[in-house]
Amino acid sequence: MKSDSIFKAMLYTGGVIVALLVVFSFISLFRASWLSIRQFGLKFILSPVWNPVSEKFGALPFITGTLATSILALFISLPFSISIALLVGVYLPDGFLKNSLSYATDLLAGIPSIIYGFWGLFSLVPLMRKMEIKIGILPYGVGILTASIVLAIMIIPYTSSISREVISMVPEDIKEAGFALGATTREVIFKIILPYARSGIFAGILLAFGRAFGETMAVTMVIGNSNFMPKNIFSPANTMASVIANEFTEATKDIHLSSLIQIGLWLFIFTFLINLLGNIVVNKFRVESRK
Amino acid sequence: MKVVKIIVLATTMVSGVNAAVTLTGAGATFPYPLYSKMFSVYHQKYGIKINYQAIGSGGGIRQLIAKTVNFGASDAYVDDKGLKKFPAPIVHIPMVAGAVVISYNLPGNPKLKLTPDVIADIFLGKIKKWNNSRIRAINPDIKLPDMAIVVVHRSDGSGTTFIFSDYLSKVSNEWKEKVGRGKSLNWPTGLGAKGNPGVAGLIKQIPGAIGYVELIYALNNNMPYAVVQNKSGNFIEPSIKSVSLAADIKLPDDMRVSLTNTEASYGYPISGFTWILVYKDLKDGGLNEEKAKELVKLLWWMTHEGQKYSEPLHYAPLSPKARKKAEAIIKSITYEGKHLWK
Repeated sequence: MKSDSIFKAMLYTGGVIVALLVVFSFISLFRASWLSIRQFGLKFILSPVWNPVSEKFGALPFITGTLATSILALFISLPFSISIALLVGVYLPDGFLKNSLSYATDLLAGIPSIIYGFWGLFSLVPLMRKMEIKIGILPYGVGILTASIVLAIMIIPYTSSISREVISMVPEDIKEAGFALGATTREVIFKIILPYARSGIFAGILLAFGRAFGETMAVTMVIGNSNFMPKNIFSPANTMASVIANEFTEATKDIHLSSLIQIGLWLFIFTFLINLLGNIVVNKFRVESRK
Repeated sequence: MKVVKIIVLATTMVSGVNAAVTLTGAGATFPYPLYSKMFSVYHQKYGIKINYQAIGSGGGIRQLIAKTVNFGASDAYVDDKGLKKFPAPIVHIPMVAGAVVISYNLPGNPKLKLTPDVIADIFLGKIKKWNNSRIRAINPDIKLPDMAIVVVHRSDGSGTTFIFSDYLSKVSNEWKEKVGRGKSLNWPTGLGAKGNPGVAGLIKQIPGAIGYVELIYALNNNMPYAVVQNKSGNFIEPSIKSVSLAADIKLPDDMRVSLTNTEASYGYPISGFTWILVYKDLKDGGLNEEKAKELVKLLWWMTHEGQKYSEPLHYAPLSPKARKKAEAIIKSITYEGKHLWK
């Protein structure tokens, strides 16, 4: 009895500490960015000028860069991650091929992001440059599209492994009922499996989106780090996480430091909103599929 | 209470006997290879351990303000506004000089000559092609291709960017007004890359690229770099010697001086000191007297005997004039008003 209550207390402590950590990090981010919030107000996220010399700070180019790379990465990765999930979850029989395919995808998640960055810089960038020369634009090689491709590969395992799990959780009897009615495998996938698993797949997509949103190292190496508003998907740009990583160590002026921390605060807020949106959508789908 | 005092006294005595003094410092990454060499030699010779964290100049300055380290190190001197943030006066002691070179990627990598106005206009994005008539006029013997110039700059805040932009602000009014000088800038054009290796990587990859890296980095990696016209009109090849020569000018007593575009007729114009920062009265920095004495000894050694480790690592040692000034500054350091170096 006593050991039970101790165990319970331990669980509570662990849970509360984690929850407090989130609250405290929000408070300390807010406090440290107060100087910049007071000075720039809402202009901080609306102004496209980031000038550490004249101490004018607007984060719009970084917000744009972050959204552009993450959304693009999501679209590039989706066909691949859903294909893998369906292949492993539906088509392939248990055995060597299935195991090695799912193992290989999961392994992608374990590669440190610096490795992706270097691969991007030394292998993907020259390829992109060749392509850019062919279509006749300034051959930087680095830029939003390059960063998105690197990000897409990094986030495939997040969507695919969660989707794979939920797809394999679709009850056998409803699938078999579909087949018994004469449906083809493709029909079973689109009419039964995907509708049934969509809230789980969506959760996986959101997790991947969150991952792409906050990725720093790999993106910094291939995005071109230029603090302008990007003109198209080949433009060099910058993201919120990478500008923090780049400028934080040498930011000696208070307002510069505070503005960098405010970017962190917005990253926190955006991530929170994505998760909130995710929860709402997941709940909605769940209700729908119960009907 | 008494017991605590005795314990404290006993431990300080014990540590005193063992001479286990450890000095801590933090700051600039640019002189880190040299400092780690110097500190390891010093440890072997005198048994004083120095723990240096290369976290960047900005971080070093912040830690010195917070008194969590005994000394800070910076590639840019602290300006008057910045000095006010310190709780007590500090001094700047120059250690070595470094240079920033302009590297590029052109077919055959010829030795380019560049003038200040051309450099400024390239980095302002006004000169867009390599076969621009102004570049051709300075380099009549080189066949320059009809290729777009891709400017590459540092994306991370750095002392290298500070020196380079300090130089450009001096030679170009337009640069001074539009961009200015600093460790991080609002660049008018080009791509950013992290660190010297990042910039070097992009330059090597992109045909037609131009960028700036530290001299040591260019030398260690066999990168081509430009000969730059200095204030006296001479075209100067960046080297340890021409960097030392750039400091051969009238120097201010507090040594908070920029070495860009100096009057020195054979000095390379894009050079700069790197400094160690300490509190003028070391008591203010939270040091005990024993540590204070050891720190001053270390600073003296670094500016004298320790200088011989600079050239093999491609840093420019202090010029005789600069060393004289450094000596005077070290002698001015006190502990509770008492001078520490006699």
